[in-house]
Amino acid sequence: MTLKEKLQKGKFVVTAEIGPPKGVDISEFNENAELLKNRVDAVNCTDQQSAVMRLGSLASCHLLKEKGIEPVFQMTCRDRNRIALQSDLLSAYVMGIENVLCLTGDYVTLGDHPDAKPVFDLDSVSLLHAARQLEQGKDLAGRELHGVPKFFLGATVAPSADPVEPQLIKMERKVKAGAQFFQTQAVYEPKAFESFMKQAKKFGVPVLVGIVVLKSAGMARFMNKNVAGIYVPDNLIQEMEKADSKLDKGVEIAARLINEVKGMCQGAHIMSIGLEAKVPAILDAAKL
Amino acid sequence: MIISELKPLPEILSFLQKERKIFIVGCKGCAEVCQTGDEPQVLEMERQLEKAGKKITGYCVVDFLCDKALIKTMLLPHENEIDAADSLLVMTCGVGVQATAAVVNKLVHPAANTLNIGGTAGTWRGSERCRECGDCVLDLTGGICPLTECAKWLINGPCGGAKNGRCEVEPDVRPCGWHLIYDRLKQLGQLDRMRIAGSIVKNYARMEPPKRLRSSLMWAMEQKDTGA
Repeated sequence: MTLKEKLQKGKFVVTAEIGPPKGVDISEFNENAELLKNRVDAVNCTDQQSAVMRLGSLASCHLLKEKGIEPVFQMTCRDRNRIALQSDLLSAYVMGIENVLCLTGDYVTLGDHPDAKPVFDLDSVSLLHAARQLEQGKDLAGRELHGVPKFFLGATVAPSADPVEPQLIKMERKVKAGAQFFQTQAVYEPKAFESFMKQAKKFGVPVLVGIVVLKSAGMARFMNKNVAGIYVPDNLIQEMEKADSKLDKGVEIAARLINEVKGMCQGAHIMSIGLEAKVPAILDAAKL
Repeated sequence: MIISELKPLPEILSFLQKERKIFIVGCKGCAEVCQTGDEPQVLEMERQLEKAGKKITGYCVVDFLCDKALIKTMLLPHENEIDAADSLLVMTCGVGVQATAAVVNKLVHPAANTLNIGGTAGTWRGSERCRECGDCVLDLTGGICPLTECAKWLINGPCGGAKNGRCEVEPDVRPCGWHLIYDRLKQLGQLDRMRIAGSIVKNYARMEPPKRLRSSLMWAMEQKDTGA
């Protein structure tokens, strides 16, 4: 069963992510893929995450596919104009990659090529619209396609953003443009997530709660100060501070969060950021 | 000088669909030279809008609509007419629309597209206010330009990168443009403008000077001067 079919059947799904390497040594990428295989329902490949130049998301998805892992192709609008984006969507489809997560993308100055010319010809909403248009047999210029692709289109939303209303408005626009599932920014407050889901429910699309494994109290404070749409409450920071093994504590908290919000959403998306090896432990602890 | 041209009347009327009482603002600067927003065009617009069933509560042609202090002074005698209006229609470049939005607590609609800066820019020097995109979207965004205020030029809403209302690119000096737009629309009770169905795919070809301009005498003389 594909990710789409599982969500349609109402199964609680789990996705994880792998960041492609900077360079062509894919040994670690392969090891991480093996760790995740048969443990999660699909694996996202990030697209030049944080605007840092690396191996491409499309090629990485193809590598996963060869291993029998269902990929989620992350696409940002920072580096390609509408011609290249549509072309890559067609390329993905002929390689058997149908799950696409449509993102706007971090700005170039956040990464390692700050002098680059940012593109943003399209954005997350218009990229979803473009993919939907291709599915209907036409490109953005209205030209007909020979052979029509089919996608399972995803998008993101930040449930902990303050204020959350602009996020909900944009979520609605993403749904109208074609989004069929959402993977959220990291969530640490089940109560706040519950009230978000109450409002997001009306859009009728499955939501996979974002889980980022805490590595230390310092990391939590850093995210609170610098990362958009993330808020780690004080009690979790204190828990991390007191823990002997920070890593074990991070895994425990991640599993606990999944269990606390499991009934509110349709799946979990675990962003391990270098801790792919810990994903099976989180799933064991969460009894998934 | 900033070159602008009036949008087609049906597009202007589509902006004003939900409103009946309109106050019109013109400009005696570049918009006069371009014949976009001088008094004759303002009076013609008044006729057209009244024909379409609108009531014009008043109008004002400001010498330079990019000068916020001047706008305040010039609009002061029209306070009652502006209060009586549902919204303002501004017949100038994007800078004039945004300057008006910045001093008047009412919804503003652009009546023109801004094509290019034909020389010196206006007098609102605080920051870059208009990218001369040739396809003004200020109607949807409460008179705050998402192409200049958002680092990513996003036109379909905020990205996920803002933190505490600050842009991810330069949080110390730069507010999130979409935060400004959200706050403004919310304050005006116009949040539905952020909820328009589907997506806008921007026509960047309009950023090129239009053919009409390129076939003008002025353009031909320039080509001759430079030997291009």
